[in-house]
Amino acid sequence: MDVVNLAFVAAVLGSSAPVLYAALGGALCGRAGLFNMALEGQLLWGAFSAVTVSWWTGSAWAGVVAAVVTTTVFSGVLALGAVTWRADPIIVAVGMNLLALGLTGFLLRELLDATGTFAPAGLPGLPDLDLLDGVPVLGALLGGQTLLVPLALLLAVAASLWVNRTSVGLRLRGVGEHPEAATSLGVVVPRYQRATVLLAGALCGLGGAQLSLGDVTAFTENMTSGRGWVAVAAVMLAANRPLLVLGACLLFGAAEAWGFRLQGLGMPQQLTDAAPYLVTLVVLVASRLRVRRRLDEADPVAAVSAAHPEAVVHPEETR
Amino acid sequence: MTDRLPDVADPAAGAPPAAELRGITKRFGPVVAVDGVDLVLERGTVHAVVGENGAGKSTLMSVLYGLHRPDAGTVLRAGREVRLRSPLDAIAAGLGMVHQHFRLFGSLSVAENVVYRAEPGRRGIFDRRAAEQRVAELSDRIGLDVDPTARVDTLPLGVRQRVEILKALHREAEVLILDEPTAVLTPGEVDSLIAVVRTLAAQGTTVALVTHKVQEVLAATDRVTVLRDGAVTARLTTARTTAGEIVEAMIGRGLQPAVNPRGTVSSDPVLEVRDLRMAAAPGAARVRDVSITVRAGQVIGVAGVSGNGQREVVEAVLGLRPVQSGSVRLHGRDLAGLGVRERRALGIAYVPEDRPGMGSAATLSVADNLALGHHRSPPLAGRGRLSPRAVRSQATELVRRLGVRTAGVSAPLGSLSGGNAQKVVLARELHHEAPLLVVEQPTQGVDVGAGEEIHRLLLDHRARGGAVLLVSYEISELRALADRVLVMLDGAVTADLDAADATEEVLGAAMASARSAPRPEEGA
Repeated sequence: MDVVNLAFVAAVLGSSAPVLYAALGGALCGRAGLFNMALEGQLLWGAFSAVTVSWWTGSAWAGVVAAVVTTTVFSGVLALGAVTWRADPIIVAVGMNLLALGLTGFLLRELLDATGTFAPAGLPGLPDLDLLDGVPVLGALLGGQTLLVPLALLLAVAASLWVNRTSVGLRLRGVGEHPEAATSLGVVVPRYQRATVLLAGALCGLGGAQLSLGDVTAFTENMTSGRGWVAVAAVMLAANRPLLVLGACLLFGAAEAWGFRLQGLGMPQQLTDAAPYLVTLVVLVASRLRVRRRLDEADPVAAVSAAHPEAVVHPEETR
Repeated sequence: MTDRLPDVADPAAGAPPAAELRGITKRFGPVVAVDGVDLVLERGTVHAVVGENGAGKSTLMSVLYGLHRPDAGTVLRAGREVRLRSPLDAIAAGLGMVHQHFRLFGSLSVAENVVYRAEPGRRGIFDRRAAEQRVAELSDRIGLDVDPTARVDTLPLGVRQRVEILKALHREAEVLILDEPTAVLTPGEVDSLIAVVRTLAAQGTTVALVTHKVQEVLAATDRVTVLRDGAVTARLTTARTTAGEIVEAMIGRGLQPAVNPRGTVSSDPVLEVRDLRMAAAPGAARVRDVSITVRAGQVIGVAGVSGNGQREVVEAVLGLRPVQSGSVRLHGRDLAGLGVRERRALGIAYVPEDRPGMGSAATLSVADNLALGHHRSPPLAGRGRLSPRAVRSQATELVRRLGVRTAGVSAPLGSLSGGNAQKVVLARELHHEAPLLVVEQPTQGVDVGAGEEIHRLLLDHRARGGAVLLVSYEISELRALADRVLVMLDGAVTADLDAADATEEVLGAAMASARSAPRPEEGA
């Protein structure tokens, strides 16, 4: 296999990993019937806390642990607000995203005494994997990556197995699909929702740590720059299925990597930067059209409810 | 509460009945939905619980399934008293219920739905193959053909209902409650459901079948308990009863004579429905060659047990549901292709049966509710702007004229009693003197006093030369209001009677069976 192509794939894997963590968390929440739109804010918080603790303790892994713990706590806002207190999850998420942006900027100045970017010499970053050096393909793919990159891929597979092959996963799917039916069979819906929201927080913590201690070793204000939103798009595109989430994230990563290449060929940067978002739009529209056509053939009522999920029609419930 | 035992002889003497309700009373606020009802479900029998809408049969079954806690009375299961705080307790006690609105996960497979929260497998790993085997086994046992791997939302409603039955059987239900199971089924599916029910009973499962369709009672059940107004009016053995006897117990006797002075009926037809045909759809009955003529100054009543095509005919007149063939004309003009708004503009007013869902908006004010549908044109609006002052003054005037009891025109409609809310809807629809008024169940959920006022309003409308198409399940109401009464059964008009001839015996027979009904005549 061509070395250039392997390098390209490696770049895609690296740039996809933070998005993949966030998107997996979002997909699990989606399975539980809760739309987690706070991925951007959680990623950003994870990135900030990872860098801060890594700088304070001198250990990048301590930073990772701190990112997981504090982002899980941060996601408690969504668990408490949207599940326990039944606030609109979108409004809570908007608040969390804005809070994360403002709070990380503020604490950057207060705790780390920096504005804009914090990247001092001696800030410990995550080490590259050297375990696979010399192994033909894998070595080239994962050689320059941190442990968090292959872990993200493994977690995507694990999440898929968990959702599809375990009893708890089956119940989780039911919770999101028809909470009343799940309740009528004795499943406590809010418990499942809270647990998945917190789990998504932990995953976003890992994604944030990969962003600020893996991809680069620095924290910059708003350094996620929309990765959490791309993750939200991936979740919707994949209809909450973990393996498809993986595919969607790799697609976005590839679009980003292709963007850099096109830039090298003289395309203006503003245009190439838009590549991942353009791909998102195209794929979202295309998948929507396909679903519509399939449902149109099958059942007009289902087609209506697919086009307007807010107006879900249960034919058996109309009297 | 009484200790009176049911007067049906017990064939399986010795063994306690599978389930028993004793002296159950359930109130919702001031309304007594079920009043001291006893019900015995013998092991291995199919027991029909029948009654009109609002007779209390669903409430009674909800008590048996732990959805409602009774205000008085006890539930016994296999001879032992059980306390059912929730459906989970009921499931644990060996009860199962198939609700009218299914509780299934559309994107999951049949097997996943059946075993949900009672999954086979070890150490948390879900054993899909074992689940599918279990479903195949269960469906074999009762002669069902269900593909365990199919996604539920790809299945027709009849098959989804089987999945609900399998769900209960997987949880070892020995008493199965089916709440209006045929409401969503096509005639073919009804037959196979009846076969399944008979098989279940033969294997020892006890089935309580809630229905208001007399044919199903006769075809599927062993015993019948008839409820009316929350109390038992008859306990029958199916083999020794007739459709007429059941209908009589359902609708009751002793109705007041029709107080219905005939107005002047002009010869001009306002509404002409000709040879209307509509196919059955999920949740909708079929309509077979229905013709109805309503003239100015005339009230045409449509009788029948609900679900026999009345609602579908009304929806065809309003333009809410497409028709297969036939025509709907208003003052001679064919309405084909016109939408609801155009039809209303041409002079059709509509008071739907589903008042909270379709007829009104509970969170909007009384004034806004009175403006709905007339909010685009003067005097309420002009040049795209609504005039709040005009809306309020119109509302004040209508509230005063109809005697609606409300805290004020800006009070939300939801704060009004059922009768007053219905008067608001009726006021809105009558206000513009549309030549044709279509009314469904005008006094449903309305107290007696307000009901009389609503009847008077409808008769006044007729006296002013209005044409009314009235759908009602209450024979007394039809006799009080209608000039002619049509009876619908399974989508066809089975009788067309002068109101004077529409006695409960004749109507009951026409509602129960096509064979014993008079031949349909030409439209009135």
